[in-house]
Amino acid sequence: MAASGAPPFRHLLGIAPLETGEIEALLDTADGFVELNRRSDKKLALLRGLTQINLFFESSTRTRTSFELAGKRLGADVVNMSVGVSAIKKGETLIDTAMTLNAMHPDVLVVRHHDSGAVALLARHVRCAVINAGDGSHEHPTQALLDALTIRRRMGRIRDLTIAICGDIAHSRVARSNILLLTRLGAQVRLVAPPTLLPAGMDRQYGVAVFHDMRAGLEGADIVMMLRLQTERMQGSFVPSLREYFHLYGLTWEKLETARSDALIMHPGPMNRGVEIDGVVADDINRSAILDQVEMGVAVRMACLDHLTRHLRAAP
Amino acid sequence: MSRPLALLGCRLLDPESGLDRVGGLLVRDGRIADLGPHLRAGELGPEVEEIDATGLCLAPGLVDMRVQLGEPGAEHKERIDSAVAAAAAGGITSLAALPDTSPPLDDPAMLEFVARRARKLKSVKVHPCACLTRGAEGRQLAEMGLLREAGAVAFTDGCRAVADARVMLRALSYATAFDALVIQHPEEPALAAGGAMHEGPVATRLGLPGIPACAEVIMIERDLRLVEATGARYHVAHLSTAAAVEVVRRAKARGLPVSAEVSPHHLLLTEAEVEGYRTYAKVSPPLRTEEDREALIEALAEGTIDVVASDHAPQDQESKRVPFAQAAFGVVGLETLLAACLQLWHDGRIDLLRLLAALTVRPASLLGIEGGRLAVGAPADLVLFDAGLRWTVTEAGLRSLSKNTAFEGREFRGRVVRTLVDGRTVFSLGDGAT
Repeated sequence: MAASGAPPFRHLLGIAPLETGEIEALLDTADGFVELNRRSDKKLALLRGLTQINLFFESSTRTRTSFELAGKRLGADVVNMSVGVSAIKKGETLIDTAMTLNAMHPDVLVVRHHDSGAVALLARHVRCAVINAGDGSHEHPTQALLDALTIRRRMGRIRDLTIAICGDIAHSRVARSNILLLTRLGAQVRLVAPPTLLPAGMDRQYGVAVFHDMRAGLEGADIVMMLRLQTERMQGSFVPSLREYFHLYGLTWEKLETARSDALIMHPGPMNRGVEIDGVVADDINRSAILDQVEMGVAVRMACLDHLTRHLRAAP
Repeated sequence: MSRPLALLGCRLLDPESGLDRVGGLLVRDGRIADLGPHLRAGELGPEVEEIDATGLCLAPGLVDMRVQLGEPGAEHKERIDSAVAAAAAGGITSLAALPDTSPPLDDPAMLEFVARRARKLKSVKVHPCACLTRGAEGRQLAEMGLLREAGAVAFTDGCRAVADARVMLRALSYATAFDALVIQHPEEPALAAGGAMHEGPVATRLGLPGIPACAEVIMIERDLRLVEATGARYHVAHLSTAAAVEVVRRAKARGLPVSAEVSPHHLLLTEAEVEGYRTYAKVSPPLRTEEDREALIEALAEGTIDVVASDHAPQDQESKRVPFAQAAFGVVGLETLLAACLQLWHDGRIDLLRLLAALTVRPASLLGIEGGRLAVGAPADLVLFDAGLRWTVTEAGLRSLSKNTAFEGREFRGRVVRTLVDGRTVFSLGDGAT
């Protein structure tokens, strides 16, 4: 992970600053934790004595729970703070929050914020490692890592797979982190979305292919990665209606016909059934990797926590 | 009356007449009494106070036509006295203040309040602009006639564009009765809404909402149709895009009464400054691409852009030390205006007199104010600067109450040594803060 600020602590703020070798090392570590998590005794002591604070400025159940489980399974003391309902409402700034947290001496902060760049801003003002659990429309690195782990375990590799990412690319941090990670690991990435949800020039910028027709975009795809649609954005401003969106870009068996017959279906959750994905498709146990993703999420987050706190264990 | 004053041995630069030669300048009773190579040390009589300015440049004091004073309403960001001190340190002798304050300058009494507060300081001349529409809300016309008599040098809704085409048509039409200058913030609000930076690959990568380049040119093209219909004098504030430059160039070729302006930060910086979510690079209009920046420099050098104005927009720390999307727009610029512009000259991009014209005589003529000239009888509003002196911009060195400079840590070449307003020294390098 890229060093940011003074050593020894390092942050995980995005996929962009990671070296390819670091990504692979994280995935390898996570692989081991998958096996651990399937045992009845899931507890390790790697983070014993360390304090992990999950600081969520934006509501989230599954990501927060996943980080909480990850920390607890490694032996950390985990505290959840939902800032959306307390300090912000009282006018506390992000930097005030950072100062307050410093005084509590946490070892790892897991931060989600509704503004792009806000996690990096916070990281500049705290004296511990920070994991970005999603900042605005910028990055969501642990989601991309867990997606990569899911693909690697199911398909055996990532290089040369054709991966179609479909939906609201423009506002999606999941899309940005996945585009960076999957192209780095050698996948052929396609973006499928209406032009209003796909910033111009992404094909050149990221070396990906862009499709506005979903059937064409899914043709021959090994992986179909659906994005969650933010329904508040969909009322006549970016697309005319949910029904039209589902008609053109919702994942159905019919549209899937052009993809490879064993193509894997992924979704970061929570799903809008009947909006971006047909419920029956999502539930097909042979094709859908959606529950695998949830499982891999805990393992990947354990790996991130492990890597970011190694310097604390090495210290006398 | 104070003693006559002579500045001697300096490079006299007058963009209006094209004068560029070494000589002296004599100030008597606050006005320029004489100037030229014939004025030499020791020959002016004992009553004249002589200042040796050998090696320095003497130009008309700068006229900055786009400044937010902070008063009334945002005194924690800037006050008239701090803004005036900063302006003096920047070699500015006249400035035009934007009227979208709180309350806004849409009433003669408010305008007189600002002018009176500034006059008391006996320093840089402050010329208020008045709102084009009441409350700068873009709906009803402001009392242009009364405001003009109260001293308004131009009409504008400041940082807000007049969005309604019919209101703009009527405002331009009404302004022609007074030959008043109408200044527009060129941005189609519906296209810019929610945007935080220039729309493009950098915004895509950072996950920030973009402001498309077309938001600017669309507003200018619309307005130019209205200018054509009315004949009003129309000034486009802070151009940022190559497309807008091209539209202004064509309008000028067609003889429309249009003028245009650019800020130093748009001349020197691009969207790349936003990297790392640097909120001090969040300005309105946003910093654009290198191609846009090149087009702006070219347009300034050829005269398509008439004026460089600081677009001084003070913001306190609380407005900037927040996530990018939440941060306020704007940078301070009074104290770096001349130095930033001189960089273009040092880089060989523009002729010195042409550059100074955009900072002095052109804005003065557009605003219809005295100053901006080295001519016998003109007010002795002057700036003496060392064109080669290197200095580094630091927040601590700024006199503005707000420190949101886009040039923190940057080394410039060219520094104001002395500023005179009506023959009185209002700034001298080495006095007080530097």
